[in-house]
Amino acid sequence: MTDLDRPILETRSLAKRFSIGTRFSAEGRRTVHAVDNVSLTVRRGETVGLVGESGCGKSTLARCLVRLYDITDGKLLFEGNDITSKSLSELRPLRRRLQMVFQDPSASLNPRRRVGDLVAEPLRIHGKLSSREITARVAKLFELVGLLPDHVMRYPHEFSGGQRQRVGIARAIALNPDLVVLDEPVSALDVSVQAQIVNLLADLQEKLKLTYIFIAHDLSVVRQVSTRIAVMYLGSIVEEGPAEEVFATPAHPYSQALISAVPVVETTPTGARKRIILTGDVPSPLKPPSGCRFHPRCPIAVDRCRSERPELKEHRPGRKVACHFPTLT
Amino acid sequence: MILSVRDLKVSFRTHDGPVRAIDGVSFDLEESEILGVVGESGSGKTVSLLAVMGLITDPNATIEGSIRYKGRELVGLSRRELRRLRGNEIAMIFQDPMTALTPVYTIGWQIAEQIRAHRGVSKAKAMARVEQLLAEVNFPNPHEAMSRYPHQLSGGMRQRAVIAMALSCDPALLVADEPTTALDVTVQAGILDLVRKLRAKHKSAVVFITHDMGVVSELADRVMVMYAGRVVERGTRTELFSDPRHPYTRALLGSIPPLTGQKPRRLPAIPGSPPSLLRLPQGCAFGPRCPVRYEPCETGKPGLGSDAHAAACFRVAQA
Repeated sequence: MTDLDRPILETRSLAKRFSIGTRFSAEGRRTVHAVDNVSLTVRRGETVGLVGESGCGKSTLARCLVRLYDITDGKLLFEGNDITSKSLSELRPLRRRLQMVFQDPSASLNPRRRVGDLVAEPLRIHGKLSSREITARVAKLFELVGLLPDHVMRYPHEFSGGQRQRVGIARAIALNPDLVVLDEPVSALDVSVQAQIVNLLADLQEKLKLTYIFIAHDLSVVRQVSTRIAVMYLGSIVEEGPAEEVFATPAHPYSQALISAVPVVETTPTGARKRIILTGDVPSPLKPPSGCRFHPRCPIAVDRCRSERPELKEHRPGRKVACHFPTLT
Repeated sequence: MILSVRDLKVSFRTHDGPVRAIDGVSFDLEESEILGVVGESGSGKTVSLLAVMGLITDPNATIEGSIRYKGRELVGLSRRELRRLRGNEIAMIFQDPMTALTPVYTIGWQIAEQIRAHRGVSKAKAMARVEQLLAEVNFPNPHEAMSRYPHQLSGGMRQRAVIAMALSCDPALLVADEPTTALDVTVQAGILDLVRKLRAKHKSAVVFITHDMGVVSELADRVMVMYAGRVVERGTRTELFSDPRHPYTRALLGSIPPLTGQKPRRLPAIPGSPPSLLRLPQGCAFGPRCPVRYEPCETGKPGLGSDAHAAACFRVAQA
């Protein structure tokens, strides 16, 4: 196996559960099954897009992947090494290589510090660079993300949303990471600015050989940036495959409904797109339904779906579906 | 004609000088028509509709122009008179349903309160109407939902409750400000479906504000594109999407990644970001970001003209 084929990140039956309430609260202590039995392989240089409705666990999974959350169950491997239960100090050298970009750049940037300082911070903490080298590196990073050199002296509030997200990205790539987890990086931006950031991320990936895990609720943006897609529902992956294929021929009834619900600009409404409207809401992860977790909302559910939970099965190379009756073409 | 807005201008006095949030917006709305208003943050789409609703009470704001609802001038109307219209003949839905719901009363009580305030019917009658309304907005169990508190409902359900509230007095005009932005696409599809059905049933005229071109193209009969406080293009849905004329509309449509077919290697992006209303450029506000700008754009502000499908652009006027 060459270095390129080796997965950079791998999860095996990963689960994250949260306890809520106390034994004195009305319902007692309860467990939220936020992420449940996720096995995902991320290869070097690819972009894996995570999609699903809010509350499906995509952000929780992302945070588990960079060990911002402790993992309840299962395994997390980085370049083949088990990092599931590494201590914080053991993780520290790895942090440099695993970075994250958040949705709201104004919430993740300290308003009282100059952006040059903010970008230099990871270099000071992790690097062994002299202050002159740090200044040079910050200038280089600003150039990479499309900010002007004299911007280093500004404060976050002096920037537009798009520019602030560029600062967030500069911070994330400062230490030459291998893997960047992007949690809704363009959702808070104006529509006319989103495309700039999407392009910037693509450029950086090419230049710096980055691997991305990309989360967004805007499905057309996810399709644009991702090589592979994992569709999540109630904490588990229900479908996985090459981005364009999953969007063109979704096999899981949930993916079908999700993709059909995206409003698209049609110059002449042809009515060619059939919309599947899901009834009901996403069930609570406090008490997930029996059998297939999607069955209460599934238009094609039968008795078997109520009792037997379908596994995520590989139906052909690279194409996995967790459904008893997948639509495979 | 339900609504006729002429040359609406809204400005605010701020610490940093006067800000003109709306600069000469005009539009008409007929019965059971859906007008889509598209724009980014700061384009003035929300402020112009707040002005229509008479909800700009900031003492630092000045509102000029004319807003006629069924022929009656709303600008300068007393708060009392406005209150009689709002919630009754003119209803609104906002992005965050929690701003319209109070957490301390049940859904049923809150909707009934509005009916009783405007219609003066008995509590029992109002409650019966609430149940009917909740059924209409697809609550699976309307009777039970009436006794729920807002926090016991999901986001989509809350927005449905707010829509039920908005419809409680059969409004002739419904103003919806990004009502689906905070919702998942699956829930959004249901809400859009609902708006379409209700328009057909109640003959309400709808102004639907959104930043999502896809939503507009699915829902609106006519579309108005706003940028920096001005309308830059207007037309029917078909006109606007099959023949976009303003460079901003074209660029915006071009920058949306496709959901099917070949993926472009790079997205055609619009450079820069929307201007601050405090520092608007001299000429056309889109000028600094426009791929086809030329001399006239530096100094003059292009007008919209009077055509049904019109774009406020010197290049378009010249062509």
